[in-house]
Amino acid sequence: MAIEVGGKTLETDEEGYLVNLADWTEDVANAIAKAENVDMSGNHWEVVNFLREYYNEYQIAPAVRVLTKAIGKKLGPDKGNSKYLYELFPYGPAKQACKIAGLPKPTGCV
Amino acid sequence: MLHIVNKSPFEKTTLASCLAHAGPGAAVLLIEDAVYGATTLNAAEGALKGALGRVAVYALGPDLEARGMKERVIEGVKVVDYAGFVDLVAEHKTSQSWL
Amino acid sequence: MTEAAMDLEAEAAGVVKKFMYVNRKAPYGTIYALEGLEVVLISAAFDQDVSLAFLDDGVYQLVKGQQTKGIEVKNFSPTYRALEGYDIEKLYVERESLEARGLTADQLLVPVEVMGRDELVRRMEEQDVVIAF
Repeated sequence: MAIEVGGKTLETDEEGYLVNLADWTEDVANAIAKAENVDMSGNHWEVVNFLREYYNEYQIAPAVRVLTKAIGKKLGPDKGNSKYLYELFPYGPAKQACKIAGLPKPTGCV
Repeated sequence: MLHIVNKSPFEKTTLASCLAHAGPGAAVLLIEDAVYGATTLNAAEGALKGALGRVAVYALGPDLEARGMKERVIEGVKVVDYAGFVDLVAEHKTSQSWL
Repeated sequence: MTEAAMDLEAEAAGVVKKFMYVNRKAPYGTIYALEGLEVVLISAAFDQDVSLAFLDDGVYQLVKGQQTKGIEVKNFSPTYRALEGYDIEKLYVERESLEARGLTADQLLVPVEVMGRDELVRRMEEQDVVIAF
């Protein structure tokens, strides 16, 4: 599979995750979000950027439980809870936000 | 003759066996996990150091780097890149991979 | 179903068991180290009492300064630092294995508990499940 962004064709896997992490740009994120019916707000970007930083540091996409805890630590308890994160990313903060962030699917997600 | 070893000296005895069987003037190339055998300050280095006068020992640089071992190479072991690997194979009439 | 899978199912009933993952292989020459790490990350979701043991060439997995660009393989060493966030904090390293390889705890990329072979064996014997890679 593939997506088209700004005239470029980017390869994705069968679930829509980018194959090459280096292909990611903010425009790519917006395009993936649009396809997922997610309207990117500042709060969405906060989570997406957090995920990218986490991946840079640890070379994995975090499990949802780990993400929730880490967000709470960094952005406060009103954001570090599943309700808040699922409202932003209805198909799962780990799965859907990782896709928009251009990361592989979190290890252990099926 | 070029001998190629790819397993750690702590996991397999292939490096010890290879060194025992490498004749004078032979070359030994350590790749993949065998590069740990080219490093200092460990229990396996004596055997390799003992062989250095008799055989030429090479280790693959990218494998050393990957394992964080580049700064610990035993003196006298020559570090080669992939092109150097190809040269070694080309220079020797025969090569043997120790499995 | 394997014994380990049955033990994971027991967790559904609220039973916490002691799992030890034993790492004995160097990081890039074979796939064991990476696969083992992934299993550990996945199993973290089951809220069990997990510990990791590093012995023999497994201690090489934790060496600082790994740079894999030249062999075009993913450097997964930073992922060991994520284990704490997964509440996996019991990392045991066998002293004899470190010493044989001329390594010290400060050359490792995460805080670990270094212990002698006898102590490590004692902890291994306390486990409900031991899974080796």
